[in-house]
Amino acid sequence: MAATPELTAGAPPAGNGQEKSISPLVEALLRLRKNRIAVAGLIIICTFLIMALFAPLIAPHDPLEQSLYDKLKPPFWDAEGDWRYPLGTDDFGRDLLSRIIYGARISMIVGVVAVAIALFFGTLAGAVAGFYGGRIDNLIMRLMDILLAFPPILLAIVIVAFMGPSLRNAMVAIGVVNIPRYARLVRGSVMEEYSKDYVQGARALGARDARLIFIHILPNCLAPLIVQTTLGFASAILEAAALSFLGLGAQPPTPEWGAMLANGRALILRAWWAVTFPGIMILLAVLGFNLLGDGLRDALDPRLRE
Amino acid sequence: MKKFVLHRVLSLIPTLLGISLLVFLMIQLIPGDPAEMMLGERASESALAELRERLGLDQPIYVQYGRFMGRLLQGDLGRALRTNEKITTEIFERFPATVELSLAAILIATALGMFAGIISATRQYSIFDYVSMVVSLIGVSMPIFWLGLVLMIIFSVNLGLVPLSGRLSYNIELEVVTNLYVLDSIITHNWAAFKDAVWHLILPAFTLSTIPMATISRITRSSMLEVLRQDYIRTARAKGLSLWVVHYKHALKNAMIPIITVVGLQFGILLGGAILTETIFAWPGIGLWILNGVYARDFNAVQGGTMFIATVFVTINLVVDILYAWVNPRIKVN
Repeated sequence: MAATPELTAGAPPAGNGQEKSISPLVEALLRLRKNRIAVAGLIIICTFLIMALFAPLIAPHDPLEQSLYDKLKPPFWDAEGDWRYPLGTDDFGRDLLSRIIYGARISMIVGVVAVAIALFFGTLAGAVAGFYGGRIDNLIMRLMDILLAFPPILLAIVIVAFMGPSLRNAMVAIGVVNIPRYARLVRGSVMEEYSKDYVQGARALGARDARLIFIHILPNCLAPLIVQTTLGFASAILEAAALSFLGLGAQPPTPEWGAMLANGRALILRAWWAVTFPGIMILLAVLGFNLLGDGLRDALDPRLRE
Repeated sequence: MKKFVLHRVLSLIPTLLGISLLVFLMIQLIPGDPAEMMLGERASESALAELRERLGLDQPIYVQYGRFMGRLLQGDLGRALRTNEKITTEIFERFPATVELSLAAILIATALGMFAGIISATRQYSIFDYVSMVVSLIGVSMPIFWLGLVLMIIFSVNLGLVPLSGRLSYNIELEVVTNLYVLDSIITHNWAAFKDAVWHLILPAFTLSTIPMATISRITRSSMLEVLRQDYIRTARAKGLSLWVVHYKHALKNAMIPIITVVGLQFGILLGGAILTETIFAWPGIGLWILNGVYARDFNAVQGGTMFIATVFVTINLVVDILYAWVNPRIKVN
């Protein structure tokens, strides 16, 4: 996609000061709007957010309500289907649609919490390593190398195995596993920014380390961090669903997509819908964040555009 | 080059030390008493004391780590609580199954992924390019534990084309040589077993291949596009060489460097990350073994298996690194 003339005009402010300069944020948003893939991702994410926020209003049933007369009902388009249960029911007679809608809530929360943990500790570690360099840098990055020496899903499984299976521990495990992503990224950006004149200028004016890092340097590393965070949501949701599927995350009867799949697995010969729909939800949610992340990368980092 | 290899191999030592420390410390994550966690709440005090003593849990932590490291250096990972079998023996029994599955998956992923990537790059912005980009974005977003189940419903349950799970049918005999069943059946000219083993392998291997396939096709596309823009490609075309020769002889050769790297890294991830696929297809590999250790609270086995996989994982990454430097002399130490 070629940059439009009015956008390029905004970049270096012209001498006469007449032209309105566009902030980098607005410029990025404009570029993002033109990226069809990113917009598709954004629409998917917003749909899930609405589902999560208004679950009690949208869901036709209570996600935990059992109806033993309505066990294993197929979706409505099947001859034996029932309009009261549009996507069918599971082996406890719980409405699949309602459970899926409430599941969005859990997946969004998991995404936010796990990413927040990884982002917080990763950024802190990366910023400190990149800013101070030398031995501190060496120590921190060695630690990150060790975390990276495990295939991510295995490390998450093992951490939960020792801490005890629960959704809370799954979020912690996924957060910890993803710390190195952010640490590496932030370290690289901080090192690059640190040598620049504006940082040295602020330092000469007597700014303290914390101020230099958080007020001056980090805001300039935001673009890649935003991209990585968006993609991080995708992998956090996927990993959490995997852990719950293995029985190490959300516990029954919590309406979590991965846990629903685990339950549906036992019904694989009798109720294809109990397996199909929760999986499609996981796929769509992960896809949404991956699409947006890809689009953001193109929009925020013009150098990467083809 | 020698210096580079030496430097990289030596840098493996602190990493492995760190891994061992982390794996060792995991037992500290257990809330409460590990012995009680393993034996259950109703275990007698004497049984608990005996287990604590056997695992050395009654010693100060640095003594525990010293013992742990001492055994590790002799290649001893202890015994599995469930079977009282040596953990190394159990691992070596099961690891070949994981290797076979991962090899099959990476072959499928590389063949299809590179094919899609090359076509996409040589016909940039064509329908094929567009479709394959969308498909690979779906591929990287795929919950493979779900895909495995869906493929199972379609191909095993409904169509009855392939077996539901496992590595070999119960009525097939196979003389085990390498424990890679497909290879073993070829070595022993046992074609009935060959067909059976391949049939069992197809679905899990394809399931496991989706994410690396998507990654490989994306890196192939971008790497090829970058090379195709270079001057020497235009020169080759100007000389009158055919498109085919330019694409496959000139461009692909230089585009291969990042592709090889990604294939190697993905293979490492597969070896340790096949847990989900192994679980779904009851594939008796190391991932399923570790997971069963988790369910049985056999923390010894979980630690041993994790240590083993992490070691394999960093070793593969090291080999990939060295290969990368070997094919690309511009990379030096640092």
